[in-house]
Amino acid sequence: MDDLYRDYILEHYRHPHNFGVLETPTASYEGSNPLCGDRITMMLGISDGIVREVAFTGRGCAISQASASLLTDEIKGKTVEEVERMTPEDVLDLIGIDISPARLKCALLSLDTVAHALADDAAEKTESGGPASGSSPK
Amino acid sequence: MADVVTTTPPSQAKPARLDPHRLRADFPILATLNRFGKPLIYLDSAATSLKPLTVIEAVDGYNREYSANIHRGIYEMAERATASYEETRVKVARLINAPHPREIVFVRNATEAINLVAYSWGRHNIGRGDSIVLTEMEHHANLVPWQLLVQEKDGDLEFVPVTDDGLLALEVYEALLHLRPKLVAFTHVSNMLGTINPVRQLTEMAHAAGALVLIDGAQAVPHVPVDVQEIGADFYVFSGHKMLGPTGSGALWARAELLEAMPPFMAGGDMIREVHLRRSDWNEIPYKFEAGTPDISAQIGMGAAADYLMSIGMDAARDYEQELVRYALDVLPREVPGIELYGPAAEYRGGVVSFNLPGIHPHDVAQILDRSGICVRAGHHCTMPLHERFDLAATARASFNVYTVPEEIDALAAGLRDVVRIFNR
Repeated sequence: MDDLYRDYILEHYRHPHNFGVLETPTASYEGSNPLCGDRITMMLGISDGIVREVAFTGRGCAISQASASLLTDEIKGKTVEEVERMTPEDVLDLIGIDISPARLKCALLSLDTVAHALADDAAEKTESGGPASGSSPK
Repeated sequence: MADVVTTTPPSQAKPARLDPHRLRADFPILATLNRFGKPLIYLDSAATSLKPLTVIEAVDGYNREYSANIHRGIYEMAERATASYEETRVKVARLINAPHPREIVFVRNATEAINLVAYSWGRHNIGRGDSIVLTEMEHHANLVPWQLLVQEKDGDLEFVPVTDDGLLALEVYEALLHLRPKLVAFTHVSNMLGTINPVRQLTEMAHAAGALVLIDGAQAVPHVPVDVQEIGADFYVFSGHKMLGPTGSGALWARAELLEAMPPFMAGGDMIREVHLRRSDWNEIPYKFEAGTPDISAQIGMGAAADYLMSIGMDAARDYEQELVRYALDVLPREVPGIELYGPAAEYRGGVVSFNLPGIHPHDVAQILDRSGICVRAGHHCTMPLHERFDLAATARASFNVYTVPEEIDALAAGLRDVVRIFNR
């Protein structure tokens, strides 16, 4: 009936994959869309340049949560470089539904948050390492 | 030019009861279909209102027939533009019963009006340690300008809390007034809870404590009778686009002696009497505050909107919208099991109903309703602190105007049942 709210999208929303926390993430970041109240914390466990573990928590609309569920499945086991190269189009392909312009931010919050987590991680490494933690954008 | 008090008298047509189905014919957009071929069910009037044909034609008429600049030309067309623009000031003054049209300053919207007061009055009257009392239910427009002001001047903000029922906690307000604030600023009608505040009482209490009062009337002027003299306010602000007028139009009303004492907000053409290379003299009020060429057609459209509202009669508009909100508060919980409604009982409420469906984000609610042609707002409605107060990330909001009919509330209820069905399948 509704092409946006297909069964698998709602299934990922109701039972998101990789939902939870990592005890000792090497990188994490809390991203939000203040306008809608979507909020996601991405936690990554990286060793030898490979994303070994990934988990997220948060709340938000079906699109943002399903996107995070699908994206975390996708990046697990990938190299950091591969994840860094992922584009918004890749995420939209993963979600597999037509997203209207007003909802793009919801669909792309997960990728944006992963990118911030990786960027913070890289910055900390070049600063010869402080505690691994992300800060929320304002 | 400021003395054009006498134009056409207000329409005496004041039907005892408003006929929304007849009014709907005045709004061309209501005859359009959305991309799914569904008729428009517009329940987002608190964001912006639809425009009646008379407003559309007033804007169009200026652009087609006499699109000259105002207050300058001495040719016939320019005089017509000036007269039409100034006539709007008279109409707007009449709509809110302002004592004199020269107390009406034209601005782009309520936000600009509040910023004008914060910059012009605020920066000359608020100093270190001075406090301003606001409420937890303010739109960001009546919060952030004051934050900037007190940060700059080292003043303080205090907030009247909102009760669980969505009303202002008057006993706390009374206590805050002991701080002898310089200014109290509050909304007349909440854009999220719909609460109609007891503005006259709040104003009297503030005055007794020696404070001036600014009232954000953006959600009130289109929906309830407003009489700034009866309220006793010092500043009253509103937007044209929420009262059936065009975007880009709005007004600040303030008592003449306040406007006289306030320095200009923006400088440039039209706001000066004499300009020399190193100094200038200001024009009389309200022109002192109207620098540069304004949105002439929009303000003229706002005049047509004021005429339209006065022809309906604001008492009739208020009575009808109260009926609507009563209907919504009755039908929605009955027809949509589990729906959570926020805000006070119908007798304290304007035509605004904010809600949530358990476990479903309001953005998803709004997106699915869109398929049925139903337009609602989803998000925080520029009231993030109020959402925090109720521990809500976001809400969906249905809001009404004189063209809203009960059948549209039925359609909303049916649409919400669809949302629940899709999410629970």
